Amino acid sequence: MKRYSAFAIAKEAFRQHTGWERAWRSPEPKARYDVVIVGAGGHGLATAYYLGKNFGITNVAVIEKGWLGGGNTGRNTTIIRSNYLQDPSAAIYEKARSLYETLSQDLNYNIMFSPRGVIMLAQTHHEVRGYQRTAHANALQGVKTEYIGPQRVKELCPIINLDGPRYPVLGGLWQERGGTARHDAVAWGYARACSDMGMDIIQQCEVTGVRSEGGRVTGVSTTKGDIACTKLGIVVAGHSGVLADMAGFRLPIESVALQALVSEPIKPCMDVVVMANTVHGYMSQSDKGEMVIGGGADGFNNYTQRGSFHHVEETVRALIETFPMISRLKMLRWWGGIVDMTGDRSPILSKTPLDGCFINCGWGTGGFKAIPGSGWGMAELMATGHSPLTEAFSLDRFKEGRFIDESVAAGVAH
Amino acid sequence: MLIFTCPYCGAEAEETELTPGGEAHLTRHGPGSSDDELQDYLFSRENPKGVHFERWRHSYGCGKWFHAARCTATLEVFGTYPAQTSEPPQEIKDAISAKRPGWSWREFSA
Repeated sequence: MKRYSAFAIAKEAFRQHTGWERAWRSPEPKARYDVVIVGAGGHGLATAYYLGKNFGITNVAVIEKGWLGGGNTGRNTTIIRSNYLQDPSAAIYEKARSLYETLSQDLNYNIMFSPRGVIMLAQTHHEVRGYQRTAHANALQGVKTEYIGPQRVKELCPIINLDGPRYPVLGGLWQERGGTARHDAVAWGYARACSDMGMDIIQQCEVTGVRSEGGRVTGVSTTKGDIACTKLGIVVAGHSGVLADMAGFRLPIESVALQALVSEPIKPCMDVVVMANTVHGYMSQSDKGEMVIGGGADGFNNYTQRGSFHHVEETVRALIETFPMISRLKMLRWWGGIVDMTGDRSPILSKTPLDGCFINCGWGTGGFKAIPGSGWGMAELMATGHSPLTEAFSLDRFKEGRFIDESVAAGVAH
Repeated sequence: MLIFTCPYCGAEAEETELTPGGEAHLTRHGPGSSDDELQDYLFSRENPKGVHFERWRHSYGCGKWFHAARCTATLEVFGTYPAQTSEPPQEIKDAISAKRPGWSWREFSA
Protein backbone atom coordinates (compact mmCIF):
# COMPACT_ATOMS: atom_id res chain seq x y z
CA MET A 1 0.00 0.00 0.00
CA LYS A 2 1.30 3.44 -0.91
CA ARG A 3 1.10 5.72 2.11
CA TYR A 4 -0.94 8.91 1.91
CA SER A 5 1.05 12.00 2.86
CA ALA A 6 1.65 15.62 1.89
CA PHE A 7 4.71 14.40 0.00
CA ALA A 8 2.58 11.87 -1.94
CA ILE A 9 0.14 14.62 -2.97
CA ALA A 10 3.00 16.83 -4.15
CA LYS A 11 4.55 13.94 -6.07
CA GLU A 12 1.24 13.03 -7.75
CA ALA A 13 0.63 16.67 -8.63
CA PHE A 14 3.72 16.51 -10.86
CA ARG A 15 2.41 13.50 -12.81
CA GLN A 16 -1.25 14.37 -13.34
CA HIS A 17 -2.36 12.17 -10.40
CA THR A 18 -1.79 8.99 -12.41
CA GLY A 19 -0.01 7.13 -9.62
CA TRP A 20 -2.84 6.68 -7.11
CA GLU A 21 -3.83 3.09 -6.57
CA ARG A 22 -7.19 1.64 -5.55
CA ALA A 23 -7.68 1.87 -1.78
CA TRP A 24 -8.64 -1.79 -1.50
CA ARG A 25 -8.60 -4.85 -3.76
CA SER A 26 -11.82 -6.50 -4.97
CA PRO A 27 -10.86 -10.19 -5.10
CA GLU A 28 -13.00 -13.24 -5.83
CA PRO A 29 -13.57 -15.33 -2.69
CA LYS A 30 -11.19 -18.18 -1.87
CA ALA A 31 -12.63 -21.58 -0.90
CA ARG A 32 -11.54 -21.26 2.72
CA TYR A 33 -10.60 -18.66 5.33
CA ASP A 34 -9.71 -18.84 9.02
CA VAL A 35 -12.29 -16.16 9.78
CA VAL A 36 -15.26 -14.94 7.77
CA ILE A 37 -16.95 -11.70 8.85
CA VAL A 38 -20.41 -11.06 7.41
CA GLY A 39 -21.02 -7.35 6.98
CA ALA A 40 -18.52 -4.79 5.70
CA GLY A 41 -19.80 -1.86 7.71
CA GLY A 42 -17.72 -0.06 10.28
CA HIS A 43 -18.11 -2.72 12.98
CA GLY A 44 -17.33 -5.65 10.65
CA LEU A 45 -14.29 -3.99 9.10
CA ALA A 46 -13.00 -2.83 12.51
CA THR A 47 -13.35 -6.41 13.79
CA ALA A 48 -11.29 -7.67 10.85
CA TYR A 49 -8.72 -4.90 11.27
CA TYR A 50 -8.06 -5.62 14.96
CA LEU A 51 -8.01 -9.40 14.30
CA GLY A 52 -5.07 -8.69 12.02
CA LYS A 53 -3.43 -5.90 13.97
CA ASN A 54 -3.76 -7.27 17.52
CA PHE A 55 -3.80 -11.02 16.91
CA GLY A 56 -2.00 -11.56 13.59
CA ILE A 57 -5.01 -13.30 12.05
CA THR A 58 -5.03 -12.14 8.44
CA ASN A 59 -6.58 -15.05 6.53
CA VAL A 60 -9.88 -13.22 6.78
CA ALA A 61 -12.73 -12.44 4.41
CA VAL A 62 -15.25 -9.67 4.97
CA ILE A 63 -18.40 -10.39 2.97
CA GLU A 64 -20.85 -7.64 2.08
CA LYS A 65 -24.27 -7.87 0.42
CA GLY A 66 -24.13 -4.36 -1.01
CA TRP A 67 -21.16 -2.03 -1.04
CA LEU A 68 -18.94 -1.48 1.97
CA GLY A 69 -20.11 1.19 4.37
CA GLY A 70 -23.44 1.43 2.51
CA GLY A 71 -25.66 0.47 5.44
CA ASN A 72 -25.88 2.27 8.75
CA THR A 73 -22.20 3.29 8.58
CA GLY A 74 -23.15 5.70 5.79
CA ARG A 75 -26.54 6.64 7.28
CA ASN A 76 -25.81 7.85 10.81
CA THR A 77 -25.31 11.37 12.13
CA THR A 78 -21.60 10.74 12.93
CA ILE A 79 -21.76 11.65 16.62
CA ILE A 80 -19.02 10.30 18.89
CA ARG A 81 -19.41 10.38 22.68
CA SER A 82 -18.97 8.06 25.66
CA ASN A 83 -21.04 9.68 28.44
CA TYR A 84 -22.94 6.52 29.42
CA LEU A 85 -24.27 5.67 32.85
CA GLN A 86 -23.52 1.95 33.12
CA ASP A 87 -19.93 0.78 33.61
CA PRO A 88 -19.74 -1.76 30.75
CA SER A 89 -21.14 0.84 28.30
CA ALA A 90 -18.79 3.58 29.47
CA ALA A 91 -15.85 1.16 29.10
CA ILE A 92 -16.53 0.13 25.49
CA TYR A 93 -17.67 3.57 24.25
CA GLU A 94 -14.72 5.31 25.93
CA LYS A 95 -12.35 2.75 24.40
CA ALA A 96 -13.90 3.59 21.03
CA ARG A 97 -13.67 7.35 21.58
CA SER A 98 -10.03 7.13 22.60
CA LEU A 99 -9.21 4.98 19.55
CA TYR A 100 -10.96 7.54 17.32
CA GLU A 101 -8.51 10.19 18.55
CA THR A 102 -5.59 8.52 16.78
CA LEU A 103 -7.45 6.53 14.15
CA SER A 104 -6.41 8.76 11.23
CA GLN A 105 -2.74 8.17 12.10
CA ASP A 106 -3.24 4.44 12.79
CA LEU A 107 -4.99 3.87 9.47
CA ASN A 108 -3.02 6.47 7.47
CA TYR A 109 -6.45 7.65 6.33
CA ASN A 110 -8.03 10.94 7.31
CA ILE A 111 -11.27 10.10 9.10
CA MET A 112 -11.69 13.81 9.94
CA PHE A 113 -12.26 13.19 13.65
CA SER A 114 -13.38 16.50 15.10
CA PRO A 115 -13.47 16.53 18.92
CA ARG A 116 -15.71 19.59 18.95
CA GLY A 117 -17.61 18.58 22.09
CA VAL A 118 -21.09 17.18 22.69
CA ILE A 119 -23.81 18.75 24.87
CA MET A 120 -26.77 16.68 25.95
CA LEU A 121 -29.44 19.19 26.95
CA ALA A 122 -31.38 18.83 30.18
CA GLN A 123 -34.85 20.20 29.40
CA THR A 124 -36.80 18.70 32.29
CA HIS A 125 -35.98 18.45 36.01
CA HIS A 126 -35.85 14.71 35.58
CA GLU A 127 -33.09 15.14 33.03
CA VAL A 128 -31.20 17.60 35.26
CA ARG A 129 -31.01 14.96 38.00
CA GLY A 130 -30.28 12.20 35.47
CA TYR A 131 -27.34 14.02 33.88
CA GLN A 132 -25.89 15.09 37.23
CA ARG A 133 -25.93 11.41 38.14
CA THR A 134 -24.31 10.48 34.84
CA ALA A 135 -21.59 13.11 35.37
CA HIS A 136 -20.79 11.55 38.78
CA ALA A 137 -20.80 8.04 37.28
CA ASN A 138 -18.49 9.20 34.48
CA ALA A 139 -16.05 10.69 37.03
CA LEU A 140 -15.80 7.26 38.66
CA GLN A 141 -15.42 5.57 35.27
CA GLY A 142 -12.62 7.90 34.19
CA VAL A 143 -14.70 9.48 31.42
CA LYS A 144 -14.31 13.24 31.39
CA THR A 145 -17.75 14.87 31.42
CA GLU A 146 -19.18 17.83 33.26
CA TYR A 147 -22.66 19.02 34.23
CA ILE A 148 -23.04 22.62 33.08
CA GLY A 149 -25.64 25.33 33.65
CA PRO A 150 -27.73 27.11 31.00
CA GLN A 151 -25.39 30.11 30.66
CA ARG A 152 -22.47 27.85 29.82
CA VAL A 153 -24.70 26.05 27.27
CA LYS A 154 -25.42 29.44 25.67
CA GLU A 155 -21.70 30.30 25.56
CA LEU A 156 -20.88 27.00 23.87
CA CYS A 157 -23.81 27.23 21.45
CA PRO A 158 -24.92 30.84 20.89
CA ILE A 159 -27.73 29.95 18.45
CA ILE A 160 -29.64 28.10 21.16
CA ASN A 161 -32.87 29.49 22.64
CA LEU A 162 -32.76 28.89 26.41
CA ASP A 163 -36.29 30.07 27.21
CA GLY A 164 -38.48 27.97 24.96
CA PRO A 165 -41.95 27.78 26.49
CA ARG A 166 -42.26 24.04 26.11
CA TYR A 167 -38.63 22.93 26.32
CA PRO A 168 -36.53 25.39 28.36
CA VAL A 169 -32.82 24.60 28.59
CA LEU A 170 -32.05 23.94 32.27
CA GLY A 171 -28.50 22.70 31.84
CA GLY A 172 -26.56 20.05 30.03
CA LEU A 173 -24.08 17.20 30.18
CA TRP A 174 -20.92 18.37 28.40
CA GLN A 175 -18.33 16.02 26.99
CA GLU A 176 -15.55 18.15 25.61
CA ARG A 177 -13.72 15.25 23.96
CA GLY A 178 -16.76 14.00 22.07
CA GLY A 179 -17.44 15.14 18.54
CA THR A 180 -17.94 13.87 15.01
CA ALA A 181 -15.99 12.07 12.29
CA ARG A 182 -16.46 11.48 8.57
CA HIS A 183 -18.46 8.24 8.68
CA ASP A 184 -17.65 6.92 5.18
CA ALA A 185 -13.96 7.53 5.78
CA VAL A 186 -14.05 5.30 8.87
CA ALA A 187 -15.26 2.39 6.74
CA TRP A 188 -12.92 3.24 3.87
CA GLY A 189 -9.90 3.63 6.15
CA TYR A 190 -10.48 0.30 7.86
CA ALA A 191 -11.14 -1.38 4.50
CA ARG A 192 -7.89 -0.06 3.04
CA ALA A 193 -5.91 -1.19 6.08
CA CYS A 194 -7.57 -4.65 6.05
CA SER A 195 -6.89 -5.09 2.35
CA ASP A 196 -3.28 -4.08 2.94
CA MET A 197 -2.92 -6.87 5.52
CA GLY A 198 -4.02 -9.36 2.84
CA MET A 199 -7.65 -9.68 3.89
CA ASP A 200 -10.30 -10.11 1.17
CA ILE A 201 -13.21 -7.67 1.13
CA ILE A 202 -15.89 -9.24 -1.05
CA GLN A 203 -18.68 -6.85 -2.00
CA GLN A 204 -21.94 -7.61 -3.86
CA CYS A 205 -21.93 -11.04 -2.23
CA GLU A 206 -24.99 -11.97 -0.21
CA VAL A 207 -24.88 -14.70 2.42
CA THR A 208 -27.75 -17.13 1.77
CA GLY A 209 -27.04 -19.73 4.44
CA VAL A 210 -24.83 -20.65 7.37
CA ARG A 211 -23.27 -24.12 7.12
CA SER A 212 -22.60 -26.20 10.21
CA GLU A 213 -21.70 -29.74 11.20
CA GLY A 214 -22.27 -31.29 14.62
CA GLY A 215 -23.15 -27.93 16.21
CA ARG A 216 -20.06 -26.21 14.82
CA VAL A 217 -19.94 -23.64 12.06
CA THR A 218 -18.14 -24.79 8.89
CA GLY A 219 -18.80 -21.92 6.52
CA VAL A 220 -21.35 -19.85 4.67
CA SER A 221 -23.25 -20.22 1.41
CA THR A 222 -23.22 -17.05 -0.66
CA THR A 223 -24.31 -15.77 -4.05
CA LYS A 224 -20.65 -16.25 -5.07
CA GLY A 225 -20.53 -19.88 -3.90
CA ASP A 226 -19.72 -21.66 -0.65
CA ILE A 227 -16.95 -20.27 1.56
CA ALA A 228 -15.55 -22.44 4.36
CA CYS A 229 -14.29 -20.96 7.61
CA THR A 230 -13.21 -21.95 11.11
CA LYS A 231 -14.80 -18.95 12.80
CA LEU A 232 -17.71 -16.83 11.66
CA GLY A 233 -18.54 -13.31 12.81
CA ILE A 234 -22.03 -11.92 12.11
CA VAL A 235 -21.90 -8.13 12.13
CA VAL A 236 -24.93 -7.06 10.11
CA ALA A 237 -26.91 -4.59 12.29
CA GLY A 238 -30.53 -4.45 11.07
CA HIS A 239 -30.36 -7.86 9.37
CA SER A 240 -28.97 -9.68 12.44
CA GLY A 241 -32.25 -11.54 12.93
CA VAL A 242 -32.16 -12.81 9.33
CA LEU A 243 -28.58 -14.14 9.74
CA ALA A 244 -29.34 -15.60 13.18
CA ASP A 245 -32.27 -17.45 11.63
CA MET A 246 -29.86 -18.98 9.07
CA ALA A 247 -27.52 -19.98 11.92
CA GLY A 248 -30.42 -21.53 13.85
CA PHE A 249 -30.90 -19.28 16.87
CA ARG A 250 -33.16 -16.41 17.87
CA LEU A 251 -32.20 -12.95 19.05
CA PRO A 252 -33.79 -10.49 21.46
CA ILE A 253 -33.80 -7.93 18.66
CA GLU A 254 -36.31 -5.93 16.67
CA SER A 255 -35.35 -4.05 13.52
CA VAL A 256 -36.85 -0.62 13.08
CA ALA A 257 -36.19 2.43 10.91
CA LEU A 258 -34.23 5.40 12.22
CA GLN A 259 -34.21 8.55 10.10
CA ALA A 260 -31.94 11.52 9.64
CA LEU A 261 -31.84 14.58 7.41
CA VAL A 262 -29.59 17.45 6.46
CA SER A 263 -30.47 21.04 5.63
CA GLU A 264 -29.10 23.14 2.82
CA PRO A 265 -25.55 24.30 3.64
CA ILE A 266 -25.18 27.55 5.56
CA LYS A 267 -22.25 29.49 7.01
CA PRO A 268 -20.64 28.15 10.21
CA CYS A 269 -23.00 28.81 13.13
CA MET A 270 -22.55 25.92 15.54
CA ASP A 271 -19.27 24.26 16.49
CA VAL A 272 -20.57 21.70 18.97
CA VAL A 273 -22.96 18.75 18.76
CA VAL A 274 -26.24 19.29 20.63
CA MET A 275 -28.49 16.42 21.63
CA ALA A 276 -31.96 16.99 23.09
CA ASN A 277 -33.27 13.68 24.34
CA THR A 278 -36.57 14.92 25.74
CA VAL A 279 -37.66 16.05 22.30
CA HIS A 280 -35.76 13.28 20.49
CA GLY A 281 -33.67 15.52 18.32
CA TYR A 282 -29.98 16.13 17.81
CA MET A 283 -28.09 18.45 15.55
CA SER A 284 -24.59 19.34 14.44
CA GLN A 285 -23.12 21.24 11.51
CA SER A 286 -21.13 19.32 8.95
CA ASP A 287 -17.91 20.64 7.44
CA LYS A 288 -19.91 21.42 4.29
CA GLY A 289 -22.23 23.65 6.36
CA GLU A 290 -25.30 21.42 6.35
CA MET A 291 -27.21 21.12 9.62
CA VAL A 292 -27.23 17.35 10.32
CA ILE A 293 -30.41 16.38 12.17
CA GLY A 294 -31.43 13.08 13.70
CA GLY A 295 -34.46 12.03 15.67
CA GLY A 296 -36.23 9.10 17.25
CA ALA A 297 -36.76 5.66 15.77
CA ASP A 298 -40.09 4.39 14.49
CA GLY A 299 -41.96 2.03 16.77
CA PHE A 300 -42.73 -0.79 14.35
CA ASN A 301 -40.66 -3.48 12.65
CA ASN A 302 -39.37 -2.33 9.31
CA TYR A 303 -36.69 -3.42 6.82
CA THR A 304 -37.32 -0.79 4.13
CA GLN A 305 -34.73 1.90 5.00
CA ARG A 306 -37.46 4.51 4.99
CA GLY A 307 -39.56 5.65 7.91
CA SER A 308 -42.58 7.66 8.89
CA PHE A 309 -42.81 11.29 7.86
CA HIS A 310 -44.44 12.33 11.13
CA HIS A 311 -41.35 11.29 13.13
CA VAL A 312 -39.20 13.70 11.16
CA GLU A 313 -41.86 16.37 11.53
CA GLU A 314 -41.89 15.90 15.34
CA THR A 315 -38.10 16.11 15.53
CA VAL A 316 -37.86 19.25 13.42
CA ARG A 317 -40.80 20.91 15.17
CA ALA A 318 -39.10 20.47 18.56
CA LEU A 319 -35.66 21.53 17.31
CA ILE A 320 -37.11 24.73 15.81
CA GLU A 321 -38.14 25.86 19.28
CA THR A 322 -34.63 25.25 20.64
CA PHE A 323 -32.91 26.61 17.49
CA PRO A 324 -35.28 29.24 16.02
CA MET A 325 -32.79 30.18 13.29
CA ILE A 326 -33.23 26.85 11.50
CA SER A 327 -36.94 27.47 10.90
CA ARG A 328 -36.49 28.82 7.36
CA LEU A 329 -33.86 26.30 6.23
CA LYS A 330 -34.72 23.95 3.38
CA MET A 331 -34.23 20.23 3.77
CA LEU A 332 -31.62 18.90 1.36
CA ARG A 333 -31.58 15.13 1.92
CA TRP A 334 -33.54 12.71 4.07
CA TRP A 335 -32.89 9.02 4.60
CA GLY A 336 -33.44 6.05 6.90
CA GLY A 337 -31.43 3.11 8.18
CA ILE A 338 -32.52 -0.15 9.79
CA VAL A 339 -31.35 -0.33 13.38
CA ASP A 340 -31.32 -3.42 15.60
CA MET A 341 -32.90 -2.67 18.98
CA THR A 342 -32.43 -4.89 22.04
CA GLY A 343 -34.64 -4.94 25.11
CA ASP A 344 -32.13 -3.05 27.29
CA ARG A 345 -30.88 -0.80 24.45
CA SER A 346 -27.35 -2.17 24.84
CA PRO A 347 -25.46 -4.16 22.21
CA ILE A 348 -24.74 -7.87 22.01
CA LEU A 349 -21.13 -8.98 21.46
CA SER A 350 -21.18 -12.65 22.13
CA LYS A 351 -20.61 -16.29 21.41
CA THR A 352 -23.74 -17.94 20.06
CA PRO A 353 -25.39 -21.36 20.48
CA LEU A 354 -23.53 -22.37 17.28
CA ASP A 355 -19.87 -23.18 18.08
CA GLY A 356 -17.38 -20.94 16.30
CA CYS A 357 -20.08 -18.44 15.38
CA PHE A 358 -19.95 -15.02 17.04
CA ILE A 359 -22.36 -12.11 16.82
CA ASN A 360 -21.94 -8.36 17.17
CA CYS A 361 -25.27 -6.56 16.95
CA GLY A 362 -27.90 -4.63 18.86
CA TRP A 363 -26.14 -1.27 18.62
CA GLY A 364 -29.54 0.21 17.91
CA THR A 365 -29.51 3.92 17.31
CA GLY A 366 -25.95 4.58 18.48
CA GLY A 367 -23.45 2.27 16.80
CA PHE A 368 -21.22 4.65 14.86
CA LYS A 369 -19.52 6.08 17.94
CA ALA A 370 -18.60 2.58 19.08
CA ILE A 371 -16.97 1.26 15.91
CA PRO A 372 -13.30 1.08 17.01
CA GLY A 373 -14.10 -0.20 20.52
CA SER A 374 -16.59 -2.70 19.18
CA GLY A 375 -14.07 -4.02 16.65
CA TRP A 376 -11.34 -4.14 19.30
CA GLY A 377 -13.48 -6.17 21.72
CA MET A 378 -15.06 -8.38 19.06
CA ALA A 379 -11.63 -9.26 17.61
CA GLU A 380 -10.36 -10.23 21.07
CA LEU A 381 -13.51 -12.30 21.68
CA MET A 382 -13.17 -14.11 18.34
CA ALA A 383 -9.42 -14.69 18.66
CA THR A 384 -9.22 -15.75 22.32
CA GLY A 385 -12.78 -16.61 23.32
CA HIS A 386 -12.83 -13.91 25.97
CA SER A 387 -12.68 -10.13 26.13
CA PRO A 388 -13.10 -7.90 29.19
CA LEU A 389 -14.69 -5.25 26.96
CA THR A 390 -17.45 -7.54 25.68
CA GLU A 391 -17.98 -9.86 28.66
CA ALA A 392 -21.04 -8.03 30.02
CA PHE A 393 -22.63 -7.82 26.56
CA SER A 394 -23.17 -11.57 26.12
CA LEU A 395 -26.36 -13.00 24.64
CA ASP A 396 -27.24 -14.95 27.80
CA ARG A 397 -27.71 -11.76 29.83
CA PHE A 398 -31.36 -11.64 28.79
CA LYS A 399 -32.00 -15.09 30.23
CA GLU A 400 -30.02 -14.33 33.37
CA GLY A 401 -31.59 -10.91 33.95
CA ARG A 402 -28.21 -9.15 33.85
CA PHE A 403 -29.30 -6.14 31.81
CA ILE A 404 -27.13 -3.17 30.94
CA ASP A 405 -30.08 -0.90 31.11
CA GLU A 406 -29.18 2.18 29.11
CA SER A 407 -32.79 2.61 28.01
CA VAL A 408 -33.74 3.57 31.55
CA ALA A 409 -30.49 5.48 32.06
CA ALA A 410 -31.02 7.65 29.01
CA GLY A 411 -34.79 7.79 29.21
CA VAL A 412 -34.84 7.18 25.45
CA ALA A 413 -33.12 5.08 22.85
CA HIS A 414 -29.72 6.59 22.42
CA MET B 1 -47.40 5.92 5.76
CA LEU B 2 -49.15 2.84 7.14
CA ILE B 3 -52.95 2.75 6.97
CA PHE B 4 -54.96 0.19 8.94
CA THR B 5 -58.69 -0.42 9.25
CA CYS B 6 -59.59 -0.80 12.92
CA PRO B 7 -61.49 -4.09 13.24
CA TYR B 8 -63.55 -2.72 16.14
CA CYS B 9 -64.79 0.71 15.04
CA GLY B 10 -64.23 0.22 11.32
CA ALA B 11 -62.35 3.50 10.95
CA GLU B 12 -59.51 3.71 8.46
CA ALA B 13 -56.64 5.06 10.52
CA GLU B 14 -53.11 6.11 9.55
CA GLU B 15 -50.20 5.56 11.87
CA THR B 16 -50.30 8.90 13.74
CA GLU B 17 -53.69 7.76 15.07
CA LEU B 18 -52.23 4.45 16.22
CA THR B 19 -49.58 3.17 18.62
CA PRO B 20 -47.44 0.16 17.67
CA GLY B 21 -47.41 -2.56 20.33
CA GLY B 22 -44.86 -5.07 19.07
CA GLU B 23 -45.13 -8.72 18.17
CA ALA B 24 -48.51 -10.46 18.43
CA HIS B 25 -49.44 -13.92 19.70
CA LEU B 26 -46.75 -14.08 22.41
CA THR B 27 -47.21 -16.71 25.09
CA ARG B 28 -47.27 -14.79 28.36
CA HIS B 29 -45.26 -17.03 30.67
CA GLY B 30 -45.81 -16.14 34.31
CA PRO B 31 -44.38 -16.96 37.74
CA GLY B 32 -42.86 -20.42 37.96
CA SER B 33 -41.80 -20.43 34.31
CA SER B 34 -38.27 -21.39 33.30
CA ASP B 35 -35.61 -18.80 32.43
CA ASP B 36 -35.88 -19.81 28.76
CA GLU B 37 -39.64 -19.30 28.73
CA LEU B 38 -39.36 -15.87 30.35
CA GLN B 39 -36.65 -14.88 27.91
CA ASP B 40 -38.90 -15.95 25.02
CA TYR B 41 -41.83 -13.98 26.39
CA LEU B 42 -39.95 -10.82 27.35
CA PHE B 43 -37.15 -10.50 24.82
CA SER B 44 -36.89 -13.02 21.96
CA ARG B 45 -38.66 -11.83 18.85
CA GLU B 46 -39.31 -13.23 15.39
CA ASN B 47 -38.27 -9.95 13.75
CA PRO B 48 -38.82 -11.40 10.25
CA LYS B 49 -38.02 -9.70 6.97
CA GLY B 50 -41.41 -10.37 5.42
CA VAL B 51 -44.76 -11.47 6.83
CA HIS B 52 -45.25 -10.32 10.42
CA PHE B 53 -48.09 -10.31 12.94
CA GLU B 54 -48.20 -7.47 15.39
CA ARG B 55 -50.29 -5.53 17.87
CA TRP B 56 -51.51 -1.98 17.36
CA ARG B 57 -53.66 0.25 19.51
CA HIS B 58 -56.20 2.62 18.01
CA SER B 59 -55.03 5.24 20.55
CA TYR B 60 -56.64 8.34 19.05
CA GLY B 61 -59.79 6.51 18.04
CA CYS B 62 -61.72 3.82 19.87
CA GLY B 63 -58.72 3.04 22.10
CA LYS B 64 -58.79 -0.72 21.50
CA TRP B 65 -55.89 -3.09 20.83
CA PHE B 66 -56.08 -5.06 17.60
CA HIS B 67 -53.81 -7.31 15.53
CA ALA B 68 -52.42 -6.65 12.08
CA ALA B 69 -50.70 -8.79 9.45
CA ARG B 70 -48.07 -6.80 7.60
CA CYS B 71 -44.95 -7.22 5.45
CA THR B 72 -41.86 -5.65 7.03
CA ALA B 73 -39.99 -5.73 3.72
CA THR B 74 -42.57 -3.71 1.74
CA LEU B 75 -44.80 -2.12 4.46
CA GLU B 76 -47.82 -3.77 2.76
CA VAL B 77 -50.76 -4.41 5.12
CA PHE B 78 -52.53 -7.75 4.57
CA GLY B 79 -55.34 -7.17 7.04
CA THR B 80 -56.39 -6.52 10.64
CA TYR B 81 -58.36 -8.63 13.11
CA PRO B 82 -59.60 -8.42 16.71
CA ALA B 83 -57.08 -9.26 19.43
CA GLN B 84 -59.25 -11.82 21.27
CA THR B 85 -57.63 -14.76 19.49
CA SER B 86 -54.47 -16.82 19.81
CA GLU B 87 -53.99 -17.25 16.08
CA PRO B 88 -54.74 -15.30 12.91
CA PRO B 89 -58.17 -16.05 11.38
CA GLN B 90 -58.32 -18.07 8.16
CA GLU B 91 -59.32 -15.09 5.97
CA ILE B 92 -56.16 -13.23 7.07
CA LYS B 93 -54.04 -16.30 6.33
CA ASP B 94 -55.71 -16.54 2.91
CA ALA B 95 -55.11 -12.84 2.23
CA ILE B 96 -51.41 -13.35 2.97
CA SER B 97 -51.21 -16.56 0.91
CA ALA B 98 -52.63 -14.68 -2.09
CA LYS B 99 -49.67 -12.25 -1.97
CA ARG B 100 -46.92 -14.39 -0.36
CA PRO B 101 -47.44 -18.07 -1.29
CA GLY B 102 -45.62 -20.44 1.04
CA TRP B 103 -45.25 -17.93 3.90
CA SER B 104 -44.67 -19.05 7.47
CA TRP B 105 -44.38 -17.24 10.81
CA ARG B 106 -43.63 -19.08 14.05
CA GLU B 107 -46.12 -22.00 14.08
CA PHE B 108 -48.46 -20.41 11.53
CA SER B 109 -48.18 -20.94 7.79
CA ALA B 110 -50.05 -20.77 4.51
